[in-house]
Amino acid sequence: MGGIGKYIVQRVLLTIPMLFILLTAVFLMLRLMPGDPVLAMLGGRNVSPELIEQRRKEWGLDKPLGTQYANYFWRILHGDFGRSSRTGKPVIKELFTRLPATLELAIWGIFFASLFGISTGIWAAVRADRATDHAIRIFHIGSFAIPIFWLGLILQMIFAVQLDWLPVAKRVSGIYAYTFSPITRFYLLDAIILRDGKLLLDVIRHLILPAVTLGIALTGFLGRMTRAAMLEVLDTDYITTARSKGLKERVVVLKHALRNALIPIVTVLGLQFAILMGGAVLTETVFSWPGVAGFLVRSLDARDWNAIQGTIVFIGIFITTVNLFVDILYSIIDPRVRY
Amino acid sequence: MSLLEVRGLTVIYPVAVGLSAFFSHRFLVAVDRVSFSLPERGTLALVGESGCGKSSTGLAVLGLLEHVRGEVLFRGKDVLKMKGRELREFRRRAQIVFQDPYESLNPKMKVKAIVEEPLAIHRHRGGPDRVGEALELAGLSPPEYFLEKYPHELSGGERQRVAIAAALILKPELLILDEPVSNLDVSIKAGIMNLFRDLQDELGLSYLFITHDLADAFFLSDEVAVMYLGITVEKGKTEVVLSCPLHPYTEALLSVAPGSGKEKLILAGDVPDPLNPPPGCRFHPRCPRAQTECAAELPPEIEVGPSHWTRCLLLAQGKRHDET
Repeated sequence: MGGIGKYIVQRVLLTIPMLFILLTAVFLMLRLMPGDPVLAMLGGRNVSPELIEQRRKEWGLDKPLGTQYANYFWRILHGDFGRSSRTGKPVIKELFTRLPATLELAIWGIFFASLFGISTGIWAAVRADRATDHAIRIFHIGSFAIPIFWLGLILQMIFAVQLDWLPVAKRVSGIYAYTFSPITRFYLLDAIILRDGKLLLDVIRHLILPAVTLGIALTGFLGRMTRAAMLEVLDTDYITTARSKGLKERVVVLKHALRNALIPIVTVLGLQFAILMGGAVLTETVFSWPGVAGFLVRSLDARDWNAIQGTIVFIGIFITTVNLFVDILYSIIDPRVRY
Repeated sequence: MSLLEVRGLTVIYPVAVGLSAFFSHRFLVAVDRVSFSLPERGTLALVGESGCGKSSTGLAVLGLLEHVRGEVLFRGKDVLKMKGRELREFRRRAQIVFQDPYESLNPKMKVKAIVEEPLAIHRHRGGPDRVGEALELAGLSPPEYFLEKYPHELSGGERQRVAIAAALILKPELLILDEPVSNLDVSIKAGIMNLFRDLQDELGLSYLFITHDLADAFFLSDEVAVMYLGITVEKGKTEVVLSCPLHPYTEALLSVAPGSGKEKLILAGDVPDPLNPPPGCRFHPRCPRAQTECAAELPPEIEVGPSHWTRCLLLAQGKRHDET
C-alpha cells in the first residue's frame, strides 16, 4: 500500500505550517499579555532598576521584538525550550517529568468517557424516542454542560470529604512521597512493575475521582455522537437484512451496527483530544495533579514565558501527533478509505 | 394451499414528536387491513407510489415490525405469533432483497462473510462450497474473484447479485423483493430481472415483488395488488388488471406509464398526509370520477371478475359508464 505511506508523509508535512502558526501566536500573545516576567520573577517591589536591566539582558528581552522572535524560533527548532524562570530547570525536562501524569489521567479519562458515553449512546439509540432515550439525552446534555472544576469539587466533597471513600487529591498518599521512586512515572505501571499491591491500590484510589471527572466532561459529546451514528446505521437495510436472517438483536447491534458506527466516533474521539487537554488543565488544578496542565497554570501565574511557550508548543505537537495517529487508524477501521 | 396468506394486515407507526413523546403518541396507519395470497412458485407484485405502504407490508410479512395486526400465514402458520425455533426456521425459509445495494450490504464485511453469515446463524455446514454455489446462482462467476472483495469494490449490479446470493444461500422458499431493480441502470436491471425469472424456474421460489414500475410488475408477476395510502385498491391477475384496470387509480397509474399509448390522466394534488387520511375512499379527493358518496365510507372489496377485486363505489353501484 504505497498510498498510505504517501498520505502519512503529506499529513506530517501539513503539520509544519500548523506548528509555525501556533509558535507565532504563542509568542505574540505572551508579549501582549499584561505583566512583566522580570518583575514577576523578582517579586515586583523594591527591586533595583540595575537588577531588572541585568535580567532583561540575560533573557534577551532588551532586543527588538523581531530579534527575540528569531532567537525563540531558532532555539525551539533545536529542541531548546529555555529554562523556567520559576523553577530554574530546563522547561523540556519539567515537561517530560510531568507528561506521564497527564497521560495517565487522559487515558483513564478517555476510558471512562468511552465506557459511559458509548454504552449510554448505544442504549439511547436502541430505545430511540422512548423514555430511556430522553433520560439518557438529558444526562448527556447535563454532562456536557457541567463545568469541570465544579464537578470535580462536588465529587471531592461527596466521595472524599463526606463519605471518605477516596482521597481528595494528588497521585499517591503522603507516605509514598518518600519511599516510592518512580520508574516510568506512569504510577499504575510502576506499581505493577514493583509488584507493590498496596501502592497499586493507592494509585487507583487516587486516579478514580480525577479520571471520572474528566471522563464525564467528555461523556456527553461522545454519547450524543454515538447515538446519532448508531441511529443512522440502525436505519440501514443491511441491519434489517441481518435481523431478517434471524440474527440475535444483541449481535445485530454490537457486531453489525456498532462496528460501522464506530468510524465517526473514533474520528471525534481524536478531535476531542484537544478538548481533553483543556479539561485536563482544570482537572489537574482541582485535584493538585502534578501534570503538564497544572504546570502551565502555575507558569501563567508566574509570567514564566519560557515555560508557557514551551508547554503550549509541547501540547500542540502532542495533539497534532494524536490527530495524525487517529487519521491513520481511520484508514484501518474503514475499508472504504483509500488514500 | 397458498404459500403465503395475508389477512387483514395492519401496520401502525407511533409518531413521536419531540418531548411530547413522553405523554402521547400519534399513530400513522401505514398499512390498513391488507389481504392477499401468494401461491407456491407464484409471484405477487405489490404496486404503488412511494409511501403507499408496500414496503411496510413486505417487512411486516417477515415479522420485522412492531405494532402489526392481522394474520400472516406462512404454510398455514401465523408468522406474527412465531417464537424461538419456529421463528428461526421461518427466517431461513423467507428472505429479503432490498432496493439499494449500496445500503443493504454491511460495508465492513467482505463478500464471503456477507454470504456466509446466514449459514453460521442457522448452523449449517459446508461453508466455502455453499458460498461459491450461491454466488454462481446469483450470476457471479468465477466466485473466487468476488470472495475477498468489499462491497465498495463492486458495481451496483454486482452488489445486488451479492445481496441475492446471501438471500439464496439458505435455500429459501419465499423471497421478498423490495424494489430490487429500482436503483440499477436499465441494462443491469434487465439482467437481474431475468435472473429472478430463472431462479424461480430452477429453485421453485415464490416472490412477493414490491415495485412502483408497472412494466416490471408485468414482466415478473402472475398477480398484482395495487396499493394507495395503505389500502389495496385493486387485485387480480396481472394481465387482467394491467390490460383493463377498473379502479380509477390503477387507470391513472397505467396511463402515465411510458409507452402506454393512452391519454395521460394527471391526478390533481398530492398524496394526502397519511397521518390524516381522508374519510371514505382514500382516493376520492384526487379521483376524477369522485361523487359525494365517496367521502362517506371506505368502499368494500368487491369481486368484479374471476379473482379480480377492486374497492370502488362506482363499481359496487354498477355506475361505470365506460364499460363495454
